[in-house]
Amino acid sequence: MRHRTLLPFCAAMLLSLSVQAADLNQVVAEKSQLTFVFKEMNVPVEGRFKKFDAQVSLDPVKPESGKARIEVDLASVDAGSSDANDAVKDKPWFNTAAFPKALFVASSIKALGGGRYEARGPLTIKGVGRDTTAIFTMRSDAAGTWIEGGFILPRLQFKIGEGEWSDTDTVADAVQVKFKLLLVTKK
Amino acid sequence: MMERYNNVHIALHWLIALLIFITFPLGLYMADLKLSPTMVKLFSYHKWIGVTIFFLVAIRLAWRATHKVPPPLAGMPRWQEIVSVATHHTLYLLMVVIPLSGWLTSSADGYQTVWLGIVPLPDLLDKNKALGETLGAVHEYLNWAMLALIGLHAAAAFKHQFIDKDGLLQRMNPFSRGQAS
Repeated sequence: MRHRTLLPFCAAMLLSLSVQAADLNQVVAEKSQLTFVFKEMNVPVEGRFKKFDAQVSLDPVKPESGKARIEVDLASVDAGSSDANDAVKDKPWFNTAAFPKALFVASSIKALGGGRYEARGPLTIKGVGRDTTAIFTMRSDAAGTWIEGGFILPRLQFKIGEGEWSDTDTVADAVQVKFKLLLVTKK
Repeated sequence: MMERYNNVHIALHWLIALLIFITFPLGLYMADLKLSPTMVKLFSYHKWIGVTIFFLVAIRLAWRATHKVPPPLAGMPRWQEIVSVATHHTLYLLMVVIPLSGWLTSSADGYQTVWLGIVPLPDLLDKNKALGETLGAVHEYLNWAMLALIGLHAAAAFKHQFIDKDGLLQRMNPFSRGQAS
């Protein structure tokens, strides 16, 4: 029958799709970076997070069915100096004692062309969830899959830097967040 | 009437002096502050004033190189002339080197200097905590040396004014209308 001849072909196609859309569920920490740049008195200051985790499931052919989840251990922050590192874990900033994690869950991914994608979904920091859009590229090589991109974080919407620190003349509202993740599939 | 410094020179002398009198105590005060927006602002103001002093001193040196300055006071003992020239030259050197050391300290600490929040200066050094601390100490010691020399400079000026009563200060008086050189 006609159906019988098609079946192996369909199965093979499904299999190939599922391989491409394999769950990239492990970050290669030593190759991955999560950095940010904030402007203090118009001076760009770079910082980074040392501990974060990500799972991405994205089929380049069918990006809209993709999913991504990035979780950041906020206490692993390096904000440029030891004073800043202590301060930024405190209540006015991340308040890591009460809110240890930042979480981004992409609920929709769309291809922008040229290897670029747009992930949209809630970013939750300090108990505040806001729809956030990150633009990224994806490419695979022998080491795994590289996902590279960024977004602008309006820090005051997430209550990052409250009280006296809400003064944007000192620390600007817009924080540039950049990520470069090497992801592999852990069996 | 005593031959005066050129008006531009007089203006630069007092303007730079005023800025040093502001940014020196500011530097001392801010160094022990806890991280706060005020502290962040004061550090920036201190750096901006320091960079301004550097540029004004550069203009002053160029001006000095291309314009005549009054001769040493006639009849002054030789040793005083030597001390006076050495003090002035060392002060010029410090007014150049101190802003440079502050700028490099900031760079090694990982903070680029953006003059007036507008003009980014080259960020020459990679972030290096130990180097930043060393440079910061050098910056501070150079400032104490400058304070000692400013004290000597002012003491000499007062001696000329109130003990010798030779009117030497007229050369640097911004308000008198003497004979310009």
